[in-house]
Amino acid sequence: MTGEAKTAMAKHDDRPLVVTGANKVFDTRSGVVHALQDVSLGVEPGEFISIVGPSGCGKTTLLWSIAGLHKLSSGKISLGSEVISKPNPSIGMMFQEANLLPWRTIRKNIEFPFEIRGERPDPARIEDLLNRVGLGGFGDKMPRELSGGMQQRASIVRALASDPDVLLMDEPFGALDAFTRDEMNKLVEEIWIEARKTVVLITHSIVEAVFLADKVYIMSARPGRIARIVDVPFPRPRSLDLMETREFFELVNDIKRDIQHQPTGRVHVAAAE
Amino acid sequence: MTELSKAKSDQAAGVGLSGATGIASGLGGQSTREIVAIIAVAVLIIGGGEFLLGFFEVPQYILPKPSQIGAVFGSAEIGTIAQHYGYTLVELFSGYAIGASIGLILAAVITQFPFVEKVITPYILLLVTTPMLALVPLLILNFGFGFTPRIIAVALASGPMVMINAATGFRRVDAMKIALAKSYGATTLQIFTKIRVPMAMPMVIVGLMIGAIFGMITAVGAEMSGGGFGLGSRLTTYSSTLRMPEFFACIVILAVTGIAIYAFFFWLGKKLASWES
Repeated sequence: MTGEAKTAMAKHDDRPLVVTGANKVFDTRSGVVHALQDVSLGVEPGEFISIVGPSGCGKTTLLWSIAGLHKLSSGKISLGSEVISKPNPSIGMMFQEANLLPWRTIRKNIEFPFEIRGERPDPARIEDLLNRVGLGGFGDKMPRELSGGMQQRASIVRALASDPDVLLMDEPFGALDAFTRDEMNKLVEEIWIEARKTVVLITHSIVEAVFLADKVYIMSARPGRIARIVDVPFPRPRSLDLMETREFFELVNDIKRDIQHQPTGRVHVAAAE
Repeated sequence: MTELSKAKSDQAAGVGLSGATGIASGLGGQSTREIVAIIAVAVLIIGGGEFLLGFFEVPQYILPKPSQIGAVFGSAEIGTIAQHYGYTLVELFSGYAIGASIGLILAAVITQFPFVEKVITPYILLLVTTPMLALVPLLILNFGFGFTPRIIAVALASGPMVMINAATGFRRVDAMKIALAKSYGATTLQIFTKIRVPMAMPMVIVGLMIGAIFGMITAVGAEMSGGGFGLGSRLTTYSSTLRMPEFFACIVILAVTGIAIYAFFFWLGKKLASWES
């Protein structure tokens, strides 16, 4: 890791991210769906947590609410003393499958958040970050000229460029092949150690969740609740070899069993009135 | 690095407006060998025509030789033809400017209101499928033999074409891209200009191209129905007086104009919408 990349990322925040009593009810055509029920969690500043659970457990709803993209039916999300009810510049989001705008170059994609907010991007910082993730010299390429893994690296840079305090990751590596995914996980851990953002990761991969996080939150399916919180004891920096160890394997299996014993993601619909 | 080689092969897949419509996929991908072959075919047709028409002594008033058609471009008559071509272009440009802008604005606005769109679309389809040429006699009756009925006909022919294609473009919503913009606090206007417009661009350009070509066809057709000026009226005059070289010279000019329209929008598509392959 280079010294300049370090300065590009260094900024410490001491505001915890707190979700209290979050409820989310969707009115759908077939009835009322209780997506989140009384979800509370607290993420320490600089802490990395993963949320896993069966599909349909409301984890994406939870993440999108923290991003300010969904309104909760009741409950509160706060970052320090600030209440989050709409998108906040201190909170950056990484979406599924990179989500780059195909008509913009990589650099223009990274500058997009600044453009929307009417801010001036810092070209030196963007160059540093591009170099850091191994995309030096790719700034003027179009997204389709890059592989899936490289596109995800670009989306990491986009999320980090405006130096948010909290980084939300919505199944970012689900579409990548296993090798590229491991590579990305290693990169994310390295960057997290350098930048110490508060991170909330949602993933279907328990291996990924355990490898990256300090704590893994297991959610139950509809209504989505926090069923269990698992502390991940492995020291950092973690190497990919960790995935081969017995302790890691046992922890992953323990979580997997827990999820399998949750009710399935099939829709339990309360009758509409 | 394996990722690099993967990226290279993605790149080789090529650039273009294709996929949106068959019209857009014809030109552009040719290799040198293909271009040489295309020119060779042209030479063969022109040369072969010249030879066969001379060999069988086909009279000029039935089918003129390519050289006789070419000679028109050096004759005194070309001044007259150019003047009338100018009238045609005036009709085309003004009618198209009116029709295309109305079509574009309508497409951008109504796609924001699904109910309005559902109500209006059948009527737009009606306008697209009705040959506007059929309305020209009526328009002449109402607006006389000047430019007005022709400009209206061109606008009526091109506008709905632009509108229906552009609407298809504006309807393409990608919830993830809109969520991305919203996560940075984008306003509705920013989402429109920075997400919806670029996403619609490939279809908008296809619509503009088809609209322009339909506009040209309608302009010439309208001129043939009366008024005594414009390249269409020249076609009527030349064919009724059996001046076939002049007649075909006009056809050549119109064909070249059509190709120029196509090439222009193809270039525009490469410039503004090459991201969609």
